[in-house]
Amino acid sequence: MSAGTAKLNVTVAEVKPINDLVTRFKFVRTGGGDLPTFSGGAHTVVEMQDGGITRLNAYSLMSNPADRGAYTISVRRDDQGRGGSRFMHSQVKEGMEMVISNPVNLFSLDLRAKKHLMLAGGIGITPFMAQMHQLSMMDGNFELHYSVRTASLGTYAKELSERYPGKVHIYHDDQKEAIDLKTLLANQPLGTHVYVCGPKGMINWVHSTAGEMGWPREAVHSEEFLAPASGKPFEVKCAVSNKIVQVGEHQSLLEALEAAGIDAPYLCRGGACGQCETNVIGYDGKFLHYDHWLTDEQKAGGKHIMPCVSRFEGKTLVLDR
Amino acid sequence: MSKTEFPPSITSRPVYGELEARSGSGHLMIADAEGAEAILDLAKSTDAAFWAKAHIIYIPKKTGTKFSSQLEELGAGQYYAGPSYEAAQSRIRRALQDCHMGTQVYLSGTESLMGQAMAEATAAGIPHTAIQTEHRGSTARRMQCVHCKGITEDVTTDPFECSHCGLSLFVRDHYSRRLAAFQGVRVDAEDPGNIPEKVELFK
Repeated sequence: MSAGTAKLNVTVAEVKPINDLVTRFKFVRTGGGDLPTFSGGAHTVVEMQDGGITRLNAYSLMSNPADRGAYTISVRRDDQGRGGSRFMHSQVKEGMEMVISNPVNLFSLDLRAKKHLMLAGGIGITPFMAQMHQLSMMDGNFELHYSVRTASLGTYAKELSERYPGKVHIYHDDQKEAIDLKTLLANQPLGTHVYVCGPKGMINWVHSTAGEMGWPREAVHSEEFLAPASGKPFEVKCAVSNKIVQVGEHQSLLEALEAAGIDAPYLCRGGACGQCETNVIGYDGKFLHYDHWLTDEQKAGGKHIMPCVSRFEGKTLVLDR
Repeated sequence: MSKTEFPPSITSRPVYGELEARSGSGHLMIADAEGAEAILDLAKSTDAAFWAKAHIIYIPKKTGTKFSSQLEELGAGQYYAGPSYEAAQSRIRRALQDCHMGTQVYLSGTESLMGQAMAEATAAGIPHTAIQTEHRGSTARRMQCVHCKGITEDVTTDPFECSHCGLSLFVRDHYSRRLAAFQGVRVDAEDPGNIPEKVELFK
C-alpha cells in the first residue's frame, strides 16, 4: 500500500490509560532520530496489523509540534466500531514497532486570524492540544470551550485548565452545562476564527449558528473523520486494473481495493480530504454517499464516489481504478 | 448613474457584485457619490430593524446633497457624511474596531472608495470574500506609479501624468489589494519622449 503519504517506522514509547475510554500513545522513531515537524491540527494514519487484516485509522497529533522527538495521540475506545480503536487499546504495548504515515493537516489554524476560538466535544480535544501548543509559543490569542460528558471523562480537561489559565472553559454534560454559543459568537472581536471538532451534531450546530449570525464561511473551520459505515456486501469492477473486487460487510471500498493490490490514494480515510475521489464509469444501483467532500450535486450525479467511507447497493459498479 | 459593465480582464482585477441585505449583528455601509443608489436599492428589501443596526458612512463627492437626505431618511443607527475618504478614514477604522464578528460590510461607489475601505476591513480581520461590493458612478481609477510609488486619484485617461513625479504612465489592469490601486508604468520607458496620444478611457 503505497498510496498514502510517506511512511514512518516508529516504536511505541508509552501507553498510558487516561480514563475509562481514552488511552494515550507515544511514538518515537525506530532506531532514533527526529520525526518530521508538523503543524497544529495535523493527523497521522496508524497502520495496525490485526491478524490478517491491516487496519488504518487516522488520529490527530496532540503533542507539541515543536517537539520532534516524539508524536503523541489519544485513542477513544469504540466498542461498537470496526476494531481499530479496540486493537489500539488491547494489542499495542510499549516497545512494539509500528508504521504510521507522515503528518497531514486538514485542520490547520488560519494564521491570519486575530483570535482563535476553539470548540471541542469529547475526544475532539486532541487537535486543539497541538494547536494550543503552537499558539502559546507564538503568543497567539486563543480561547478553548470544551464540552465533556463527566468530569472523569473530561480527557485532559484538568491539565489544560492548569496549563492555560483563563483561556480554558469546561462544560460538563452531566451537570447540564452547555456552551452558550450565541452569546459566545456574538461577543467575538472582528478577525476571530472559530474551530470546531467533535460529534457531527456539534459541528453542524456551530456552522449553522455562525452562518445565521453573519459569520463569514471562511472564518468557521471544522474537522470530523467518519468511520467507514458497514453495509451489505457488494461487488466492484475496476476497469483500469481489470479486477473484480468483493467489498465485505464491515470492509470499506478503499480497504477492499487495497486488499486486492490496487493502488488507491488516500490521506484521511474519513471522508474529509478528497484524496480518494474516484470516477465512476458505470453503475446500476444506488450509491450510499457518507462523505462530506462531494457536493450534493456530485452525489446525485453518479459520476464520483469516495471509497474511504461510501458504499453501493445494486447490480454493477465500474470504477476508474 | 447605472452600473458599469467592465470588460473582461486579468484575474487580479477586482469584480463587483450587487449589494444584498444579509443577516448579521450589524451593517457597516461605506459609499461615495452614486454609491448611495446601491444602498437605496438595497433598502427596498429591508425593514426598520435592519436599519437600526446599520452605520452609514457616506462621502457625497460631486453629488452634493442629491442623495444624502434620502440616505438619512433610512433611519440608520448611525449616519455620517464627510467631505473625503481621508476625512472619513478615522471613523471607518473606529467603526471596524468597535464591531464584532457577524457584522456585514457593504461597499458601493467608485473603485477607489471600495478598494480603500476593503483594505481597512480586511486588515480588521474580515475575509475579503465576505465583503459585499457594488460599483456605481465614476469609473475613474486610483493609480499607483510603480516608479515613485505616488498615488494619483481619479485617473480618467491613458496614458496619464503621475501627480508626484510627472512621468507619463500607462494604465494597467494589474491591481494591488493592499494599496487598493491599479499600477501605472512609464509608457515611454524604452523610447523616451515617444508618448502616445491620451485617450479618455474612464468617466
